[in-house]
Amino acid sequence: MAPALISLTGITKTYATGDVDFPALRGIDLEIADGEFVAIMGPSGSGKSTTMHIIGALDTPTSGTYRLGGKDISKLDEDQLAEIRNHDIGFVFQSFNLLPRTTVQKNVERPMMYAGVTAAERRSKANQALKLVGLEDKAGNLSNQLSGGQIQRVAIARSLVMTPKLILADEPTGNLDTQTALHIMEFFRALNERGHTIVLITHEEDIAAFAQRRVKLKDGLIVSDSGEFYDHAH
Amino acid sequence: MASSSRIAANSTIMRTSELIITAFNALKGNILRTLLTMLGIIIGISSVILIISLGQGATASITNEISSFGANLISIMPGAEQFGPARGAASMLTLKHSDALAISDAKIPGIANVSAQAGTRAVAIANGENVNAQISGVEPAYAAIQSLDVQTGAFFDQGQVDGLAPVAVVGPTIVKDLFGVGSAPVGKLIKIDGKPFRIIGVLKAKGLSGFVNPDESIYLPITTVMKTLLGQDHVDDIMVTADSAEAVPQVMESIKGLLLNRHRITDPKQADFTIRSAQDAISTLGTVTGVLTALLSAIAAISLVVGGIGIMNIMLVTVTERTREIGLLKAIGAKRRDILAQFLIEAVVLTVSGGLLGMALGTLLSYLISSAINIPFSISVTAIVLAVGVSSIVGIIFGLYPARKAAGLAPIDALRFE
Ligand SMILES: Nc1ncnc2c1ncn2[C@@H]1O[C@H](COP(=O)(O)OP(=O)(O)O)[C@@H](O)[C@H]1O
Ligand SMILES: [Mg+2]
Repeated sequence: MAPALISLTGITKTYATGDVDFPALRGIDLEIADGEFVAIMGPSGSGKSTTMHIIGALDTPTSGTYRLGGKDISKLDEDQLAEIRNHDIGFVFQSFNLLPRTTVQKNVERPMMYAGVTAAERRSKANQALKLVGLEDKAGNLSNQLSGGQIQRVAIARSLVMTPKLILADEPTGNLDTQTALHIMEFFRALNERGHTIVLITHEEDIAAFAQRRVKLKDGLIVSDSGEFYDHAH
Repeated sequence: MASSSRIAANSTIMRTSELIITAFNALKGNILRTLLTMLGIIIGISSVILIISLGQGATASITNEISSFGANLISIMPGAEQFGPARGAASMLTLKHSDALAISDAKIPGIANVSAQAGTRAVAIANGENVNAQISGVEPAYAAIQSLDVQTGAFFDQGQVDGLAPVAVVGPTIVKDLFGVGSAPVGKLIKIDGKPFRIIGVLKAKGLSGFVNPDESIYLPITTVMKTLLGQDHVDDIMVTADSAEAVPQVMESIKGLLLNRHRITDPKQADFTIRSAQDAISTLGTVTGVLTALLSAIAAISLVVGGIGIMNIMLVTVTERTREIGLLKAIGAKRRDILAQFLIEAVVLTVSGGLLGMALGTLLSYLISSAINIPFSISVTAIVLAVGVSSIVGIIFGLYPARKAAGLAPIDALRFE
């Protein structure tokens, strides 16, 4: 079996809140293979976002090791982490996904700007990505001229322009009506079919149904995992 | 390696121009706040421009005036040297007409013309009209010193000066006021302070020259003025012209030696007269305007610092307001220096826009003021470079702290920020 794309071992995260330390994650072991579509589920406050922030190299664990593509992330400095987020990971958040006062086109181009991609190449890749989510005609619009579903589609387009292995989505349909949410999920399914590994946080069953594997968290621990990969490891 | 660094340089330029556009959009988003924030810079830069432009204009104008009565001109005034132009000339009786005659007679090399001067204001009556005129008692050489040309008749000669002749040469404005336009007053009588003088010449119109207007003056032989009108033996000043501007310092030295000797003064510091050249006056003016400019510049600098603090304040507010945005940018791969550059560029775009607006305002104001007070208007490249340069520096200095604060935000704290 190929080495896991994501490998979390004994991950804990403790927040210092006032005088008491709050353990948000209390020992997570999780392996996700290249090409998987995983839904992370669990009640509010169970540690889903914290887990995703660690996987996304946005935050560091209090203890435990995290390997992304076999590389130990915890040893990297700030700039190296930024490069990993830029090249290897695409993000779709629940809200505040787009830069205000900025066109859709420029929003989608932004990760490529940080990577130093030439203007011409950025333009063509952004166009391609926008075409994929069916928003090529909105390229010149400002983000405040879009509907909630359109904003999420632009965020999906942006998440894939650097062709990252991994796309992370934290409740991307949390602010959408059911029909739009299902429509958005079709795009994630398409991305997965194109070979992107997807880790999606949701607490809705019909959304999680798009994933092949479900990992359930409760109080900072994994309480169930439908994945074979998980079973293998134990 | 070389090509990869070229790519890096290209992408830096690309990013910078993109960030400038982004910064403009951010500032356009809240025009009123942007303008209020820039106010300090606008005021600071426009005052700098105003000071430089008006200072240059005024200096040019006064320098022109002084040079118009000749770069070769030397004037000798009664009384000891004092700083600045204020002198109690009227109360100083130390300069005699004989001093002027002695300077002429000494045949000092380099001297072209010498004329003493004694003046007053008096009522002149002729043709049933009267006018209050500047009466100047001078010598024939005065016409050459002041480049006065006679339109009709002639200037008085040395014989008429020696003979205390009651003759007058009048300026065209006086003629117009007393006799009307197109009149021929040569040969007619004019009463000055009740005493009759015969008009022997009318001057060509000349306009203001230095601080006197010959058009509105009446010139009489100095001897006549001193004896008949004023009853005094001292003069107001003595004017000397040198052959050339280069001869001026030497001529001044010689005159000084001669007068010290005549006045029996051994210590030059005790001199009871002052010798000045037009050149001295120009350099004194330079010092005075220099001090004034420095003073006003200090005030402008203070307003720039205050403006800069305003910028820093608003940039700190902006960083707080845009914490989520910073978190998003970090999530999609912005490094510390990318965020630093973005906010620094925003601060500089803010101050440079303010600087350019300030420059426009300063230029407009100095144009209006220059034309109102009738001095030449000029705007220098230095002023433009200064406006842009100073405002960018203010932007960098006061934008650095907020930008560092933004750049230092942890991505997770920025994303979780409510
Ligand atoms: N920065 C923080 N400081 C203190 N507590 C935090 C912080 N971030 C998250 N938490 C706490 O950690 C727990 C897990 O949070 P989170 O991962 O966001 O949960 P979920 O996404 O599953 O709702 C929650 O109880 C939350 O209040
Ligand atoms: Mg969450």
